[in-house]
Amino acid sequence: MKLVIINYGAGNIKSIQFAFKRLGIDAILSNDPDEILAADKIIFPGVGEASSAMAMLQNSGLNKLIPTLKQPVLGICLGMQLLCESTEEGNTKGLGIFRTKVKRFTNDVKVPQMGWNVIKDLKSDLFSGIKENEYMYLVHSYYAEHCGETIAKTDYGINYASALQHDNFYGVQFHPEKSSLAGAKILQNFLDL
Amino acid sequence: MLTKRIIPCLDIKDGRTVKGVNFVDLRDAGDPVELAKQYADIGADELVFLDISATLEDRATTLDMVLHVAEQVNIPFTVGGGISSVEDVDALLQCGADKVSINSSAVKRPDLVNELSDKFGSQCVVVAIDAKEVDGQWKVYLAGGSIPTEIDLFEWAKEVEERGAGEILFTSMNHDGTKNGFANKALARLSEELNIPIIASGGAGNIQHFIDTFKEGKSDAALAASVFHFGEIPIPDLKKDLKANNIEVRL
Repeated sequence: MKLVIINYGAGNIKSIQFAFKRLGIDAILSNDPDEILAADKIIFPGVGEASSAMAMLQNSGLNKLIPTLKQPVLGICLGMQLLCESTEEGNTKGLGIFRTKVKRFTNDVKVPQMGWNVIKDLKSDLFSGIKENEYMYLVHSYYAEHCGETIAKTDYGINYASALQHDNFYGVQFHPEKSSLAGAKILQNFLDL
Repeated sequence: MLTKRIIPCLDIKDGRTVKGVNFVDLRDAGDPVELAKQYADIGADELVFLDISATLEDRATTLDMVLHVAEQVNIPFTVGGGISSVEDVDALLQCGADKVSINSSAVKRPDLVNELSDKFGSQCVVVAIDAKEVDGQWKVYLAGGSIPTEIDLFEWAKEVEERGAGEILFTSMNHDGTKNGFANKALARLSEELNIPIIASGGAGNIQHFIDTFKEGKSDAALAASVFHFGEIPIPDLKKDLKANNIEVRL
């Protein structure tokens, strides 16, 4: 199993690398197109601000490469959001894999949402063995609106897509690498896809 | 629904946990990694490590500890203590810390809050505030509560929110160490005036205090040290009781 975590400078990828290490997989951190193309599975992480993360992808040309990938790709947090059509954060155009838009939570709720919330209406092998209303750790100020590609839902003021899937592309808003044993199970499911 | 968080706080010096820790089944109570794993296993939602090291050499040891915690612990953790620059934070995040907490350094140079949230995102910037109520006025204190200032708690909290803090960790010096409950009136006011999560700290003595701070204090999370370290309040029991009182928690 060759697992590559795309390393384009956006955020804390150490935690993801360690989470896979706990599953017995040594993930490679790379922004090299050849290395990414040769991977069996790919993680597309992201923490921080959307427009600067997108600029970093453009600088390295990864914005062109990522949509062409045929292997299973898992976008995490901002990684998932950048796979959508657009995000209100920094008025940023996304990679357009998931046919939905990312909006900011309204101030009816505290922003960012920070902590453990449940995921439900689970659809996808990514959630095999995960029970409905399982707790996941989330930290985010922007959310993806529902679309036909929603595979998990969460409530925070509104009901939004906490996971998405389009063909070989998967995206999760929560942090499986920080979500205890259930999160580890989701990462294992991704490896088993 | 987003759950209320229970956060044990560990004091770290020279890469080891200090303050008495009397925890069941620990081979080495001074090993922060082992302690953190135990807490993760029994249902702590997050952890805070407070580095009370005095020297730079000791801080290097802390980075090593952070790396080992990140390697082995599967819940989020915050590191605080002695952080005063973008470089300090970069080093901690590179080692796998999820968030950092800044306190006196933010008061001395408020632009630090902007710099950190611009570079790393608000989600990893916790601003810790120690304050004391004197004659009905809440004033901010520095350096672990030893230096008084004329800064008003609520004005300062509002300012750091505007500068990009993602969360406030408020410790009431009137309540800290008393085991008489949290500063719920001030906490509720913070929660009403700000739109970022508020962590209650100082005063935890029994389970009812946690129920009160989530209900009356409107806190988003509650932090404590000795009541958890000495097993006075077992976290599984605490969460069960919170749930029984209609407070959403992760069980």
